[in-house]
Amino acid sequence: LAHGAGGKATRTLVEAVFLEAFRNPVLESLDDGAALDVNGSRMVFTTDSFVVSPLFFPGGDIGDLAVNGTVNDLAVCGARPLYLSAAFILEEGFPVADLRRITDSMAAAAARAGVHVVTGDTKVVQRGKGDGCYVTTAGVGVLDRKITLGPSTVRPGDAVIVSGPIGEHGITIMIARGELDIAADVTSDTASIHDLVATLLDTAPVRMLRDATRGGVATVLNEIAEAAQLAIMVDEPAIPIRPVVNGACELLGLDPLYVACEGRFVAVVDGAHAEAAVDALRRHPLGEAAAIVGTVEADPAGLVLLKTVFGGTRIVDVLVGDPLPRIC
Amino acid sequence: MAERGRRRIRVHGLVQGVGFRPFVCRLAGVYGVAGFVGNDSGGVFIEAEGRRPALDGFVAGLAGQAPPLAVVESVTVEVTEPIGEVGFRIVRSAGGALREALVAPDTATCGDCLAELTDPACRRYGHPFANCTNCGPRFTIVTGIPYDRHATTMADFVMCAACEVEYRDPGDRRFHAQPVCCPGCGPALRMVGADGLPVPGDPVTTAAAWLRQGRILAVKGLGGYHLAVLADQADAVARLRDRKRREDRPFAVMAPDLVGAHALVRLEPAAERLLTGMSRPIVLAPRHGNSKVAEAVAPGSRDLGVMLPHTPLHHLLAGQLAQPFVLTSGNLSNSPIEVEDQEALRRLSAVADGFLLHDRRIHIRADDSLVRVFRGRELPIRRSRGYVPAPVTVPWPFPRPVLACGAELKNTFCVAKGVQAFLSHHIGDLENYETLRSYAEGIDHFCRLFGVRPAVVAHDLHPDYLSTKYARDLPEVELVAVQHHHAHIASCLADNGYAGPVIGVAFDGLGYGEDGTLWGGELLIADLTTFHRAGHLEPVPMPGGTAAIRQPWRMAAAHLTGTYGDELPLIRRHRDQWPAIVSMAQTGTNSPLTSSAGRLFDAVSAITGIRDIVSYEGQAAAELEARVDPNESHAYPVRLTEGETLTIAASDLVRAAAEDMIAGIAVERIAARFHNGLATAVVRAVHSLRERTGLRTVALSGGVFQNIVLLELIVSGLEQNDFRVLVHSRVPPGDGGISLGQAVIAAARDRSADAW
Ligand SMILES: [Fe+3]
Ligand SMILES: [Mg+2]
Ligand SMILES: [Zn+2]
Ligand SMILES: [Zn+2]
Repeated sequence: LAHGAGGKATRTLVEAVFLEAFRNPVLESLDDGAALDVNGSRMVFTTDSFVVSPLFFPGGDIGDLAVNGTVNDLAVCGARPLYLSAAFILEEGFPVADLRRITDSMAAAAARAGVHVVTGDTKVVQRGKGDGCYVTTAGVGVLDRKITLGPSTVRPGDAVIVSGPIGEHGITIMIARGELDIAADVTSDTASIHDLVATLLDTAPVRMLRDATRGGVATVLNEIAEAAQLAIMVDEPAIPIRPVVNGACELLGLDPLYVACEGRFVAVVDGAHAEAAVDALRRHPLGEAAAIVGTVEADPAGLVLLKTVFGGTRIVDVLVGDPLPRIC
Repeated sequence: MAERGRRRIRVHGLVQGVGFRPFVCRLAGVYGVAGFVGNDSGGVFIEAEGRRPALDGFVAGLAGQAPPLAVVESVTVEVTEPIGEVGFRIVRSAGGALREALVAPDTATCGDCLAELTDPACRRYGHPFANCTNCGPRFTIVTGIPYDRHATTMADFVMCAACEVEYRDPGDRRFHAQPVCCPGCGPALRMVGADGLPVPGDPVTTAAAWLRQGRILAVKGLGGYHLAVLADQADAVARLRDRKRREDRPFAVMAPDLVGAHALVRLEPAAERLLTGMSRPIVLAPRHGNSKVAEAVAPGSRDLGVMLPHTPLHHLLAGQLAQPFVLTSGNLSNSPIEVEDQEALRRLSAVADGFLLHDRRIHIRADDSLVRVFRGRELPIRRSRGYVPAPVTVPWPFPRPVLACGAELKNTFCVAKGVQAFLSHHIGDLENYETLRSYAEGIDHFCRLFGVRPAVVAHDLHPDYLSTKYARDLPEVELVAVQHHHAHIASCLADNGYAGPVIGVAFDGLGYGEDGTLWGGELLIADLTTFHRAGHLEPVPMPGGTAAIRQPWRMAAAHLTGTYGDELPLIRRHRDQWPAIVSMAQTGTNSPLTSSAGRLFDAVSAITGIRDIVSYEGQAAAELEARVDPNESHAYPVRLTEGETLTIAASDLVRAAAEDMIAGIAVERIAARFHNGLATAVVRAVHSLRERTGLRTVALSGGVFQNIVLLELIVSGLEQNDFRVLVHSRVPPGDGGISLGQAVIAAARDRSADAW
């Protein structure tokens, strides 16, 4: 089993094993969450596991990451998050003080997001069989709006918006491991984005939303282009990225487009309303750097192309596994 | 009187558009045989009737006396009954289901056409598009088959009566020369400014004047647009570099004639032969110290790429200029060269001050070919215009039609059937979308042109190569994944027509290895079907992956880690980032392991202060080669570790170079000691593998073997030890040859599957 960088290898695994085993119409969409009809009310249900190392990093820890991640999965499905569950797998000997730190930040994140952790579970595994602490959260939210989100609604002429500077979480984690002789003033972008999403939904006709977690913005864009069978043209200079993140990416040899975020989303919106949408997002504290980064076009279907500063068009592809150089 | 007989004859090979049918007519006259000749999509068909000895002579002459551009692959003869035919005639071309006829490469203007071009009495005096059956555009204008006027971009022009007479006359040099034309009926040349507005006056005269004024021109050539400036105008050359952006790549220079070329570079007989041959590649040759060429034409290089005019247009322009001029690919960095007028005007107007262009469309893009000379033989670096699509024949028939998808950078693809492998023109770097599109279109075009419907598709092991993804998306084909360096060695085997097994030395930048690491300094025991990794350079981390390729100094950091401090100038230059890069290498953070020889050259190039950061692939290694002091004989010692696989401790070379730098040894001597040391280590390693395997034949392949200093050291070292050494002479050792290797491996596996 290859370690997943969120690329095609993970996707293939999901399709080959889980979809095969559990196949049903709801699962088949392989969305961030499942839209359900429960006694006439439209709900979204989602779950996510968190295995970050280190557990504590500038801007957050595994606790608020676990709350925000699940809240965000609900949000990008267009739902208002309501209730969460939290399950912990703890390694024998894990300090209670650390656990308390994690639960405290979970509680704070839940309060900020306006959700309640209403059920949970704890298991302890033998020393050496886990990295201290794993957290799994599940969440339910309610669909208040009568809107349909998804790739089938995406049209040529739509605009692609990124809600804030990219790559901050991934870079923060790499540096926070403390193995590298690199100092950079970055903090994780982990945050609940449901309020920012609501702002967007209030302002513009939105076609589709995704949170840009593992695999980064590039992977999300590819999922959209492929599912919609349309092209996405990205304007390289328009991508919001802080200089410090850009510098760290250059040093580490990473393409920021593939670096994970934990509080950013990618939205496809009606092109005619894109400017207004970005204006509205920018008035929100979490959306100050929101930007239109590209447009949807008919051709070449299924591909994401980056217009580089040198006037070329580079293919932004889904990576099969960890990024490996392709130059001979 | 000898008995009469009749023969039904088929000639296969490159026999269309090369004056083959008039040649057959003449031959029939010589031997006094009757009958007819014609073209169809299967090649040339002939029926001949006459006395037996005359028929035999006629048949033998078909291959033996064929015209210069023809390549006769086979002549099949069937005996039939005489019907009493008299006279010999040419019959009309017929279309057909068979598609075996070959399309010729574009060919340099022949002596006859050149004489007409400069003869004021001739009606084609000064005509930029003159051609005949012995010369002119072919591959770049062919839109389909059979090769006929309507299946070329010359279909846009209606032949005038005078041209038509020549075209129909079997005795004329232009008989069935499909692109035949004259000033009255052919394409028209024009000059426009960067604004797209016409510039009055004779276009060639104006273009020459503009160049003399130091302006940059875009010139529409055979296979695409070029950018031109006078070679001795430093300002203009600098401006061209500046406008093309982030380009250090050496520019090629066109000399007006051979005398002019001799004034620029030292030409051994083989180089002269290549320079004046029908393919007209750019020939890389050692530059004279006093040649009048601006330094910025080929910075950091001892060699200069020189070519001679290959079309009447280039002859006219060069004739007016009477001095060398830079002629480099007309593109923006990372994009393919422009072929379409509107696009060229739009995209190159930021670079060129004016355009010298015409209205004959270019159907297929073909970059200039580039060759070096090694031991009096051609060493192809880029095989494109003038060579493609002539097939590379191999001694092993392809059981089923094959498509080989090539690598990622400097891509070529290959379609193959029978004993012929049609290696494509230079496609380029697939990550660029325009390039990827021309890749897919090029494959379709080749399959149509040569009637190949691939049943087997070979691709690289690298999961993220766009060529791999292209292969995997093809419906209803059998996929064959081929390891990159096995493909390199197989391409060398195919180049030499030798099936192996051999000890293969595959040295290149990198390729995906079977163990998921990046290989590139490999010793393989290989034949066409399989290989075994018998040895390799010791793997090192590449700190930052692709970033380490762009910044060779990172490779030095990966090798040296904390061994040295400020006493090494390299570390002083990168004091800020050195600890970070070392920590990445030590923790393996985005630092994939590689055994690459190219990255080893990078490390030494950086340590010697030659190249810390590159702007094009292979730059650091090329500049290190250029600095070698040929009089230095010392070789850095390298440890070999004999185990199940043999390991060459490449770090020994890197540390020795660093020690010498600190000791103040001249860079030229360090460069030589490194080359000598690496070559000695390779020869020793190969020797050790001979003891294990008994193999005495060695194949050298991979992009590193574009380096003729290293090549000479290794070849002579091996020959002194009684090895037979195979090197490249028909296809490039670099990734431009990979698709041929993939194709022959796929075929060999196909054959061995049958054997089961
Ligand atoms: Fe290679
Ligand atoms: Mg999720
Ligand atoms: Zn000619
Ligand atoms: Zn004419």
